[in-house]
Amino acid sequence: MKILVCISHVPDTTSKINFTEGDTKFDTNGVQFVINPNDEFGLTRAMWFKEKQGANVTVVNVGGAETEPTLRKALAIGADAAIRVNTPAVDGFSVAKQLANVVKDGAYDLVIAGRESIDYNGGMVPGVLAGLLQANFVTNCISLEIDGVSVKATREIDGGKESVTTTLPLVIGGQKGLVEESDLRIPNMRGIMMARKKPLTVVEPIDTDVETTSVSFEKPAPKGAVTLVSSDNLDELVSLLHNEAKVI
Amino acid sequence: MSVLVYTESEQGAFKKTALEVASYAKAIANELGTTVTALAINANDTNALGAYGTDKVLNVKNTQLDAFNANAYAEVIKQAAESEGAKVIVVSSSADSKYLAPLLAVGLNAGYVSNVVEVPSNTNPFIVKRSAFTNKAFERTQINTEVKIVGVSNNSFGLVESAGSASAEDFTPSIPDLGITVESVDKATDKVTIADAEIVVSAGRGLKGPENWGMIEELADVLGAATACSKPVSDLGWRPHSEHVGQTGKPVASNLYIAIGISGAIQHLAGINASKVKVVINTDTEAPFFKAADYGVVGDAFQVVPELIEKLKAFKAQQ
Ligand SMILES: Cc1cc2nc3c(=O)[nH]c(=O)nc-3n(C[C@H](O)[C@H](O)[C@H](O)COP(=O)(O)OP(=O)(O)OC[C@H]3O[C@@H](n4cnc5c(N)ncnc54)[C@H](O)[C@@H]3O)c2cc1C
Repeated sequence: MKILVCISHVPDTTSKINFTEGDTKFDTNGVQFVINPNDEFGLTRAMWFKEKQGANVTVVNVGGAETEPTLRKALAIGADAAIRVNTPAVDGFSVAKQLANVVKDGAYDLVIAGRESIDYNGGMVPGVLAGLLQANFVTNCISLEIDGVSVKATREIDGGKESVTTTLPLVIGGQKGLVEESDLRIPNMRGIMMARKKPLTVVEPIDTDVETTSVSFEKPAPKGAVTLVSSDNLDELVSLLHNEAKVI
Repeated sequence: MSVLVYTESEQGAFKKTALEVASYAKAIANELGTTVTALAINANDTNALGAYGTDKVLNVKNTQLDAFNANAYAEVIKQAAESEGAKVIVVSSSADSKYLAPLLAVGLNAGYVSNVVEVPSNTNPFIVKRSAFTNKAFERTQINTEVKIVGVSNNSFGLVESAGSASAEDFTPSIPDLGITVESVDKATDKVTIADAEIVVSAGRGLKGPENWGMIEELADVLGAATACSKPVSDLGWRPHSEHVGQTGKPVASNLYIAIGISGAIQHLAGINASKVKVVINTDTEAPFFKAADYGVVGDAFQVVPELIEKLKAFKAQQ
């Protein structure tokens, strides 16, 4: 089985979010970038398929050269090879289009992406990719088992979960649950050394339309100070929630 | 040319988000000077939509669509959009709608924008405001394609009634290969979900252990709220993963969010910040949640929560 894991290069979850160039660009100054957490759960599940079922795992990112350390980290975690499509990620559609091209070239059976990236939260790359490839698609995926071409998966739904069966070729939108937090791997020295020797291929992008364009950013209005209520005057809290906030 | 809205139902009844997206569709239709057509799949009674501005309902009844299937639902919406000549399609941010929307986007060659929080500031060019960076910022995004799909963030627009009634028409789409078979659904039907809840009661590691959740569930019951938890609580197996909220869990955009024994780490706050009113109950005055909350009680949850339940019961009894 050939697996392609899509890796989005995103600001660490503790990053301060600021914008530059007249609020039109995300300010990367002082920001540490990491593998998108949803993708890391998928990558770790892919490692399981590699170790238990002999799968071959390639990671891919659509982005500039600055994303390569993130791809190297994925290699250090255990992926066999990496591909970078050399173009900035401008919208979900164009990224999916580049990825579809990589999938067709490499004849992958399974593509694992994250259900969404934690920066733009577009949540469209795996679905658009599946649509373009006419492949089966399960998102918010919290368990995945594969036997030959038969697939058993579980999807998180509002208020519960749903178990499904399907077949390869398949695209997954992964998240926590695919593996547990405690299964995530921190690359060790040996992994890091080996990663340096693994292939990281840079491919040039294909032409694609840009369906949506980011115009500008703004930050939420600053919040007023908290109103403290004494723990022996909870009637006041009830009254504030009813009369002032009007939420009960 | 009308605006098409996909109004989701569950066991035949419209979800609250269906009425919200219908209200939103009406607001866009007003700006564009057109009407609203809703697509309902296996809904029992579509009359409710008229009160939220829908002019016409396309009613699909098909047992093949009894279980949700993203491919098939996207295809049905596509056929409805084509038959109506719709250039703007509105969907919700439910798990199912977020699942089908990208597939629909491919089918219609449409640009799709998720997590939209307002009616477009401009319709030519078509620019919408959406939340991004897990609620740490908003992004204005322009949709460049002729056909546009807007995914409305839950509880961002609200329900807006408008006098009127909707005509209903049967719509008989052709159903594609499903590709995916639903084997089983595991869902508590008697509980309000985090996505639909107006009030969410959430608890963290401060609760010390799973055996102490009785009071959290009771508080949620009194308020008709959904229960949620911080990430370590689900990692420790104290609560199911489906309750984990935050940047790597479910987003929350309720009217009221009550955080009990939760410190307010940045990853937690990011996911719940879209909630309108936030209350924190925590022993530690220095807990970062106090900076994000509207109301705070410095105190021991094991004392405050049972007392708050009594006060709320008394309040509810008076109402
Ligand atoms: C990549 C990444 C992603 C993450 N994503 C998420 C996410 O999506 N959601 C999330 O929640 N976290 C997330 N986290 C974890 C986050 O950083 C925090 O560790 C977590 O939110 C803390 O959970 P907590 O508040 O329950 O526990 P703690 O931080 O341990 O806080 C417990 C709180 O309870 C209070 N307390 C103790 N006893 C009592 C009492 N008797 N009465 C009242 N209060 C009491 C304490 O004062 C303390 O403030 C993420 C972390 C990382 C690195």
